[in-house]
Amino acid sequence: MSLLSRFASSQFGSNILKPTSILSSSQRRRSFSSSSDETLTIETSIPFTSHNCEPPSRTVETTASELMSFFRDMVLMRRMEIAADSLYKAKLIRGFCHLYDGQEAVAVGMESAITRKDCVITAYRDHCTFLCRGGTLIEVFSELMGRRDGCSKGKGGSMHFYRKEGGFYGGHGIVGAQIPLGVGLAFGQKYSKDPNVTFSLYGDGAANQGQLFEALNIAALWDLPAILVCENNHYGMGTAEWRSAKSPAYYKRGDYAPGLKVDGMDVLAVKQACKFAKEHALKNGPLILEMDTYRYHGHSMSDPGSTYRTRDEISGVRQERDPIERVRKLVLAHDISTEKELKDIEKAARKEVDEAIAKAKESQVPDPSDLFTNVYVKGLGVEACGADRKEVKATLP
Amino acid sequence: MSTSMKRLGKWVSLVSKRGLSTSCIQKDVSENGVKSLNLYSAINQALHIALDTDPRAYVFGEDVGFGGVFRCTTGLADRFGKNRVFNTPLCEQGIVGFGIGLAAMGNRAIAEIQFADYIFPAFDQIVNEAAKFRYRSGNQFNCGGLTIRTPYGAVGHGGHYHSQSPEAFFCHVPGIKVVIPRSPKEAKGLLLSCIRDPNPIVFFEPKWLYRLAVEEVPEDDYMTPLSEAEVIRQGCDITLVGWGAQLSIMEQACLDAEKEGISCELIDLKTLIPWDKETVEASVKKTGRLLISHEAPVTGGFGAEISASILERCFSRLEAPVARVCGLDTPFPLVFEPFYMPTKNKKVCKFGCCNEGCNSTWLTAGGTRATSNRS
Repeated sequence: MSLLSRFASSQFGSNILKPTSILSSSQRRRSFSSSSDETLTIETSIPFTSHNCEPPSRTVETTASELMSFFRDMVLMRRMEIAADSLYKAKLIRGFCHLYDGQEAVAVGMESAITRKDCVITAYRDHCTFLCRGGTLIEVFSELMGRRDGCSKGKGGSMHFYRKEGGFYGGHGIVGAQIPLGVGLAFGQKYSKDPNVTFSLYGDGAANQGQLFEALNIAALWDLPAILVCENNHYGMGTAEWRSAKSPAYYKRGDYAPGLKVDGMDVLAVKQACKFAKEHALKNGPLILEMDTYRYHGHSMSDPGSTYRTRDEISGVRQERDPIERVRKLVLAHDISTEKELKDIEKAARKEVDEAIAKAKESQVPDPSDLFTNVYVKGLGVEACGADRKEVKATLP
Repeated sequence: MSTSMKRLGKWVSLVSKRGLSTSCIQKDVSENGVKSLNLYSAINQALHIALDTDPRAYVFGEDVGFGGVFRCTTGLADRFGKNRVFNTPLCEQGIVGFGIGLAAMGNRAIAEIQFADYIFPAFDQIVNEAAKFRYRSGNQFNCGGLTIRTPYGAVGHGGHYHSQSPEAFFCHVPGIKVVIPRSPKEAKGLLLSCIRDPNPIVFFEPKWLYRLAVEEVPEDDYMTPLSEAEVIRQGCDITLVGWGAQLSIMEQACLDAEKEGISCELIDLKTLIPWDKETVEASVKKTGRLLISHEAPVTGGFGAEISASILERCFSRLEAPVARVCGLDTPFPLVFEPFYMPTKNKKVCKFGCCNEGCNSTWLTAGGTRATSNRS
């Protein structure tokens, strides 16, 4: 079963990280002493640092198949983002485009700790989160290129991915604006007594927005199951965290709300933290998770990403903290797979991405009349003529 | 090795090219005191002059210390120091509120909001604090030194949140001024006027023109008066009114119309509130027809206000209803931008001189063909 179809077929509530048949059979064939479902215990890279709470244990339980799926998912995401970079430079993607490469462990680790009934809401760096929530590559690339088969019917573009059936509430363009929305989602969950939580993701730049503190106060006041996840990639556009924040210890900035600082480059640490956060939030209300992570690309495609940080800094993170390499080492150290198999997975991801792009290119651009749909429930009934007077006037709903 | 050589070669050629062009420009300057500048460089020059001439002027905003995302503040921090030109955290409400306080102490606070689309978190500060400070304190306090610069408008592929034109929201607020320049020369003169004007001002910069528009800009310190519209093209059949990036598009429409024997008068409003009604009124009384264009959605746009005012003043002189060729009533679209925009062809269509079957009768409505005005 290919990854692509796995993503496509994973439905609401199903576990994205179920071992695939290929993997388990290949392992049987290789007759490892440990079965793919046997529990492995692995220590996180560094201990958690906590604020007003008892941190979870450093020892994380996982399985061989889970590690393999982490590797596969992150490799696929990395490849997808690199491909989006090329498509943007070829002007096939217009608008603004923010890439997630480097931060994959946050999305993947979080997804492994929660279910699709939990809600996730994020800002505009949303491609990989969408994929985690069950989106497909074809939907990703179609949306990026403004085609009909995109997850927002080609009307949103890079910054506006949504997947309602996967509990993914987008995809928001204005810095920090999604955080209060997430608190509203959490209220909805608490009100209907769902055993679920909402993860609101934001960056270190957004952490200085007043809305964050307004939302946190509401969440704490009413004990809402809201988890605020600060993806700290250390640069708000071109501004280093210490230039814009008096206290860059974002996990402590909730004051009355507890916080946890997590190595966001370690997928197992992220998983452990999110599991802990979900349990905590259901019992005690909001919590801030600070994911210490790093983006390899610039802020957006118009930022080369090298004027405000050194190339050495970027390559240092790549060499020492890369989330994919960490899992690769774990997989090899535990003798779960071979270097060749991992290379094959990378090759397969490349092929899968290329195929998805080819299919997305075949998708049509939305009909001109779609410009006027979804503004209100029934549209406005406006008449307008095309940009070129040779084009017909659009008949509107 | 070879790649590094190549890179070096490229760099050398770049430098030499730049060296050459600078010397050309400098020669130009020494001759007549003007320099060919694009819009962002003109803004940059105005900011240099503003900080140079007033030691109590400050520039701040997201990333302005590094030159800003559009390079408008390049070199300011180096020249005037980090105490006068500084980065703020990412918090628009805080930036404007801080600017109001700074201005209330008698300083010139020049705030930058990175995109006009991001101005809304600061909307409360602008509308409730800045605009009413003087009024509600009985003139004891004011924030007249506050100027908020922000890039607005379409760029061709900006999508939902890097393309909007929110000027009309601010035109509904007595107590602030709204100014939009159309070209580098105008931008420099108007920005200096705004910074020195004793009222809080929102200054929208057409970001499409930052690099695109190049014009001879005087080197010296000059100010273009606010609330004075400019007739940039004389005509007798139709009056066209617009601002900012729309002007160049309207100008093209005028040229197309001219080929069909229709004579258009084009007015750049420059200041949206308080606006120069007299200039527009005089022109409409002459032509009998008014067409207004803006990128913002047509409903509730500033075009509606102009239309209503002109109807009050020129009712008996109008030959046809006031026409508005504006953005459509949809969110600013990503893939449909060309459909959304008030393009040249949409305006020409309205003149009725397009041969593609649109059959607009606007120009012939009222019985008197516009040409009769000429006699």
